[in-house]
Amino acid sequence: MPDKRENIRIGVFICHCGSNIAGYLDVEELEAFAKTLPNVAFVVRNLYTCSEGGINEIKNAIDEQNLNRVVVASCTPRTHEPLFRSSCAEAGLNPYLFEMVNIRDQCSWVHMREREKGTSKAKDLIRMGVAKAALLEPQEPIISEVHAARALVIGGGIAGMTASIALGDRGYEVVLVEKEERLGGMLNRLNMLGPTMTDAGDMVKEKIETITDHPNITVFTRATVTDVDGFIGNYEVDIETKSGNEKVDIGVIIVATGGRLFVPEGLYGYDGRRVITQLEVEEVLGRGLDPAVKNIVMIQCVGSRNEERPYCARICCQTAVKNAILITEQNPDAKVSILYRDMQMYGVENEEMFRDSKVKGVRFIKYDPARPPRVEEGKVSVFHSLLGREMDLLADLVVLSTPVVPQEDADVTSKILTVPVDENGFFLEGHVKLRPLDFATDGVFLCGSARFPANIRETVAQGLGAASRASIPLSKGFVVVEPIISVLADEDACRGCGLCVALCPYSALEVRDTEKGRKVHVIDVSCKGCGVCAATCYQHALSINSFTDQQINAQIAAFLN
Amino acid sequence: MLDVGRHPNIDLLAYSEVEKLEGRSGDFKVTVRRKARYVEEDKCTGCGACKEKCPTVVPDAFNVGLGDRKAIYSWFAQGIPSTHTIDPEHCRQLKGKKCGVCAKTCLAEAINFDQKDRLVEIGVGAIIVATGYDVFDPSQIFEYRYKEIPNVVTSIEFERLLSASGPTAGHAGRPSDLAVEAEIEALEKKAGRLQRAITKFEDKYVESSSAFSKKYQDGEYKDDKDRKRWADKYAEHLAILETIEPIKKKAEGFTVAKRLAFIQCVGSRDFRFYPFCSGYCCMHSIKEAIIAHEHETETTSTIFGMDIRAVGKGFEQYKIRGGNNSNITYIRGRVAEIMEGPDNNPVVTYEDTRERRVKSEEFDMVILATACAPGRGTIETANLLGIELDRYDFVKTDPLSPVDTTTPGIFVCGCSVAPLDVPESVSQASSASERAAEVVFQSDLKKEKAVA
Repeated sequence: MPDKRENIRIGVFICHCGSNIAGYLDVEELEAFAKTLPNVAFVVRNLYTCSEGGINEIKNAIDEQNLNRVVVASCTPRTHEPLFRSSCAEAGLNPYLFEMVNIRDQCSWVHMREREKGTSKAKDLIRMGVAKAALLEPQEPIISEVHAARALVIGGGIAGMTASIALGDRGYEVVLVEKEERLGGMLNRLNMLGPTMTDAGDMVKEKIETITDHPNITVFTRATVTDVDGFIGNYEVDIETKSGNEKVDIGVIIVATGGRLFVPEGLYGYDGRRVITQLEVEEVLGRGLDPAVKNIVMIQCVGSRNEERPYCARICCQTAVKNAILITEQNPDAKVSILYRDMQMYGVENEEMFRDSKVKGVRFIKYDPARPPRVEEGKVSVFHSLLGREMDLLADLVVLSTPVVPQEDADVTSKILTVPVDENGFFLEGHVKLRPLDFATDGVFLCGSARFPANIRETVAQGLGAASRASIPLSKGFVVVEPIISVLADEDACRGCGLCVALCPYSALEVRDTEKGRKVHVIDVSCKGCGVCAATCYQHALSINSFTDQQINAQIAAFLN
Repeated sequence: MLDVGRHPNIDLLAYSEVEKLEGRSGDFKVTVRRKARYVEEDKCTGCGACKEKCPTVVPDAFNVGLGDRKAIYSWFAQGIPSTHTIDPEHCRQLKGKKCGVCAKTCLAEAINFDQKDRLVEIGVGAIIVATGYDVFDPSQIFEYRYKEIPNVVTSIEFERLLSASGPTAGHAGRPSDLAVEAEIEALEKKAGRLQRAITKFEDKYVESSSAFSKKYQDGEYKDDKDRKRWADKYAEHLAILETIEPIKKKAEGFTVAKRLAFIQCVGSRDFRFYPFCSGYCCMHSIKEAIIAHEHETETTSTIFGMDIRAVGKGFEQYKIRGGNNSNITYIRGRVAEIMEGPDNNPVVTYEDTRERRVKSEEFDMVILATACAPGRGTIETANLLGIELDRYDFVKTDPLSPVDTTTPGIFVCGCSVAPLDVPESVSQASSASERAAEVVFQSDLKKEKAVA
């Protein structure tokens, strides 16, 4: 609450933005109007408030006019708020005693042909800004140190190993936790990697050696993370290992738990012998294909792109084509047919491999999901949707292309880390396009098939990328957070019900036992100030700095006035 | 963009090109040409007053020529930095003619016609190439008649037509209709000029033009040169009004394009051009069809493709939603030819491979999903930096070290590696920055050791 005795002196700076504002609104009228508003001590118009001259005018006015609040009516805070705030700070005024009013983007620009109405709207906006400014309180940025410059990588497949080596090479300590006995994940069960046909075993071996010899990487195999406490820079992690429990201090966490292949129990006569999955054919090819197996039929989209699993699992088509090529190489007499819906051979390398397979005699037959193929003894019957007729294919071996699905314990990991999963059970990134390797929660990152099925190239790239993202707080050593966050403004009102905790998308709230009973506690560095908690709290106990109920009410009252 | 522009650790050299590279990983010396903008970056506030007044109109390359810009311009509205630039190819002043209107308009005094290119040398530890791709020019596919039929456009052109900040403010008007509207506007402008001239004569001689014209035709004012000009202007004005009427009538019936055809694999998966799949085009066609439907709910779209490759997270569901909610029909088939039908409507001939029949269908507009062509800029940059390209002229990488080029210390990300969508490009950008950071860290470590 501002001190009632404090004499509020607001300076209002009205920007012409060249002709962007002045060309469409009556800025002189705005100036005269601003002068009539309560607490306003000084008003001036600038051609460009953001220019050096305009900035100096703000600084001088703070000093000469003894201003203790500044309002700039100009463009958008997206581009210019940081500049004006820092200008206030340079003149000795707390930067959070600044308020910006956008009379350009949503006013002069959209009311170019309505000078009077536009000007009247600008007046409303300025009056609201001034009303709020009078109630602004000084804030200090929140700085939280990264106490442990150490990364936890969960999952020792190719994604996790790549991320661990990258961070280790940068000089950070890494704790790599793998639930299996051996590092390598899915790669351990693969034969050759497309499109270069690199031996998967060799690659795993090389990576494991690098990690084992790495001075900065500690590996726990047959281990699981059982509890994570704290926030970015300051996690306390419990790990259950084969030789007892460990407690480690961690700064950042990378989720690289991968996925697993869907097992098609009850589909197309799957028996693991004559009807097998692509993963099983990898193992067969690793041992060497029986020369008696001459006719192979592969069926795509088994258990995916259906009601239960509506997604396309991205890598099954390229896996099928790769294995078809390897089959024809091991057994040149073999006839491979791939029954598909759409061949998802996106990009340069996949499409090349696709063409190569056709040259090697692999047949592609498009089937209609409404009339799926039927696996019978020694043959597969299919309705060829492009020829428009039924056909029988001899089949000594049937290979089912099943999707990568989330790990069975993905929901457990999700709960321990309080990070979300999507509708298919894969981990949900901060932004599908712009923050693919971050979680919404600061300090936790994501890569590989835990996010979505990915091939080797994509997984390695994501492992490196997640390491890059995770290294930022580690290298800075601290995290700075805007103080526009949630605060427990009325502790007595809080009943510790935890509704806000359940709704917070950033895991920034927790209920603690205090002397006054169960009360919510805001983890400053984790809070993004989105306001969900304050809007939810039926006791009005929580409030958002610079967006308090009182400030917003004052704005509404000013508008209705 | 904004984050880059404001970042304290990023020195943004826009409108600049790398000229020379020396040194090696951990210790490169790069020479950069900072091209003259003829505008002082530290003075320009990006207000745009100059471009309001600039008299020279040039096709707007950002809007792929669909709109106009001035000789002084910013590349696009939200561009960073917001500094404007004078295009020396078109500026009257820089071409030696009299003008300088922008300099007179600019209150920040940012215009500097004497600015010269500058070469700057920068020492860096690692380099990341992110030069992107070019849009395939579909006029090479003669049977699609791009540029011949006005209502056959590329995806990027359609993107601009759908964009609220684009040349049509988001109304997907057909280019043929836009051309007619532009013609009407030009004629009306001309008519307006003539009207003003005629009014002056009417005021001068205190007589209506129609009354005067009658007398003039009857032979009065025979040798009066001034009145002859009046008569000529009046006749011209009447002629324009006559021309304009039927065009205007025609334009009254114009609506946005409602029957859309999207043609996939234009230049990709095509042995004549690029045999690879461009990866992202299936999704952007679906997206454009969904947005067009959001703008105008009567819109129907047909997407002609071989395989609809919806392989990213949530993509398949998006594709199905487009079919269920946005009137999209997916037809498996390659389009053989596009002809022009009545009303400038493109007529698409294709084989519906599911029905095994050749069909023709008329649309309001056809959108070509053009290939992701390796960038000419990438080729130049690669030659300059001495990194290898693959057989298509994408930067050569290995699947197991996906962002490393063939030269240590130089990394790559985005569509200069291969066609990639946004999430993959963003991931790769982080990967490349990781590899670059490793190099910088190692070289810092070496320096520390050397000092110790």
